[in-house]
Formats: sequence, C-alpha cells, structure tokens
Amino acid sequence: MANNSSNEKRPGFIRRIWNGFWSPSGVLSLGFLLIAGFLGGVMAWGGFHWALEETNTEQFCTSCHSMTKNWDEYTETIHYNNHSGVRATCPDCHVPHEWQYKVKAKIMASKDLYHEIIGTIDTDEKYEDHRLKMATSVWTKMKTTDSRECRNCHSFEYMDFTIQETRAAADHQKALDEGKTCIDCHQGIAHGLPADYLEQYKLIAEGIEAAK
Amino acid sequence: MRQPVLAGILAAATTLTLAGIGLAQSAGGLTSLRGAAIDEPVVLDQVFQQDTQRFNREYRQQPPLIPHSVEQYQIDLKANQCLGCHDWSNAGDRSAPTLSMTHYLDRDGHEMDQVAGTRWFCNQCHVPQVNAPALVDNAFVPSVAR
Repeated sequence: MANNSSNEKRPGFIRRIWNGFWSPSGVLSLGFLLIAGFLGGVMAWGGFHWALEETNTEQFCTSCHSMTKNWDEYTETIHYNNHSGVRATCPDCHVPHEWQYKVKAKIMASKDLYHEIIGTIDTDEKYEDHRLKMATSVWTKMKTTDSRECRNCHSFEYMDFTIQETRAAADHQKALDEGKTCIDCHQGIAHGLPADYLEQYKLIAEGIEAAK
Repeated sequence: MRQPVLAGILAAATTLTLAGIGLAQSAGGLTSLRGAAIDEPVVLDQVFQQDTQRFNREYRQQPPLIPHSVEQYQIDLKANQCLGCHDWSNAGDRSAPTLSMTHYLDRDGHEMDQVAGTRWFCNQCHVPQVNAPALVDNAFVPSVAR
C-alpha cells in the first residue's frame, strides 16, 4: 500500500482515524489498549471505592481503642436505639456523601491514626480533657456546612410538624423562619457534652456568623 | 499404703459434690424474677404516653411536672441540657418557663446568676407526666379542694 500511496487518493478523515485506531502500537493494538485500559480503570476505581467504603463501617471506626468511649456514649442515644430500628452509624454523621467532601474527610481522618498511636485520648481523663476540643471541631464543621450530614436523612421539607411535640413543632418552625441549622439546638445528641457547652457553642456560632 | 487413702478422699469428694448438686436442685424449685411460673408468659408493661397539658399542683410546694420527654437530656457533672431552655438567660428566646428564683439561691441564701449546685439535678424533683395508673395505691388527698 505504501508504494502506491502517491498515486492513490488519501483516505477520508474517519477512515484515517479508524485505521489509526486499529493499527498496532508496538505489539498491541490501540483498541486493545483502550479496552484493557477501560476495564483496568473500572477495576482500579471499583477497588478504590470498595476500600473507601470498607473504612466507612462501624466495625472499622471502632476497631481503635480511642473510639470505645464515644461508641459507648452513642449506644445510649436515639440514633443507636429507638422505636423504629432505623439507625445512623458513625459515618452517616461524620463522613459526607458527596465525593469531594468525603475524600477530604478521609484525608483529615488520617490524623486519628497518629493520635491513636500516641494515645491522645486513651484514658477517661484524657478524653474529658479533649472533649471540648473534639466537640468544637464537629460543631464548627456542622455549622459551616449547614448541618449537611444531618440533612442526608432529616429534612424540614418532609417533617410533619403536626405530629411533633408542640414545643418541637414551634421551635422547628422558628428555625425554618430564621434560617437556623440543626446543630444550633441539637448539640450532644450522640455523644456527651463538655462543661459550659452552650456558651462554647454560642462563641463558635458567633465567630462563624461574623466571618461570613 | 497411700493409694487407698487417696482413693477414699476422691470417692468422698465425688459423693459430696453429687449429693450437693442433687440437694441444690431439689431445694425450692425454680421461680422467675416476677414470681410467675417458668412456663407462664409474663406480659410486658404497657407503654404510656406523655401528657402534654399543664396540670394544677396538688399541694403548694409540689415541683411542677414536665410536659415533654426528657430521656435524651444529659444532666450530669458536666452539662445540664434542661438549662439550655429553662435557665433565665435562655428562657425568653426559647419560650420556656424560667426556673423559680429560689433555684438561684445558694445554701446560705445568697443570690447567684448561675443555678445553685443544690438544684442542679432537675429530675430529682421534677418528673415527666404520663397517663399511667399509680404504681402503688395511696390515700393522698390534694391540699386544694377540687
């Protein structure tokens, strides 16, 4: 073909792409490379996602000694034990669903390995000393994201205020009107509260409001 | 010389153990914690619902009843979630009744801005109200005639 290409018409654009696609690159065809690449990509991405989800299980979270105290506190709350049997597990509240936020949270969480190794909160006393600091970081996250993780399950849109307790219905209506977020009232729903929690929370909320 | 003695001790120990087990089994028989026979089903208590209306006090010093659920509220050395609404500093915002001012007096009668330590554990006196029958019969007569 090459020797008479000078007097033959040059093939069309689509034909040239088609030929190029199936012409060998070394030993393997470009097509084979693409298909193998695609399948390999699926496997790699699936494997990555699977591994990421494995770190999103209760068993994984509580496999560290540091997580036993907050786990025990959580088991006494409504998100663990309730009339309907629907539960919120650790990652439901602590790991965002959206990919970019999830990966960020996972990267941030790698510091927990360091603290588990040096034993930052490995006794009750140390845990109490750090309780406010840990609560502060979660409150800050919840406040700045408009309680994003709460809202994965809870939504004002589908709340029937008429079957709530009167005071809850009134306060939820007020929250809706004033643009408040879940964490503004619901601190300490899954873990114990530090001393002066309300004053501390108000300081954090004011700081975030001022920074806006 | 030694072996018969050892065998005797072993035999005595075995006999005593078996006899002890037998006696323990026959003494009194099995009873359940609630006094029902073991093959008799024990009916669970009914779940009673919260009463949400306001009740009059039955005697002047009666601590007011709580018209909402409180199971999930933390009241301990570190935090008291009741105060999140009922402390004088929050009650207005949350449209909740303020604590009685007697709860801000220390044991010597000095007025304080924070709730007194002696009044910290709300549910020592205040209890949620439910539509349940009295747990025990009693002959209580309210101070006020109804």
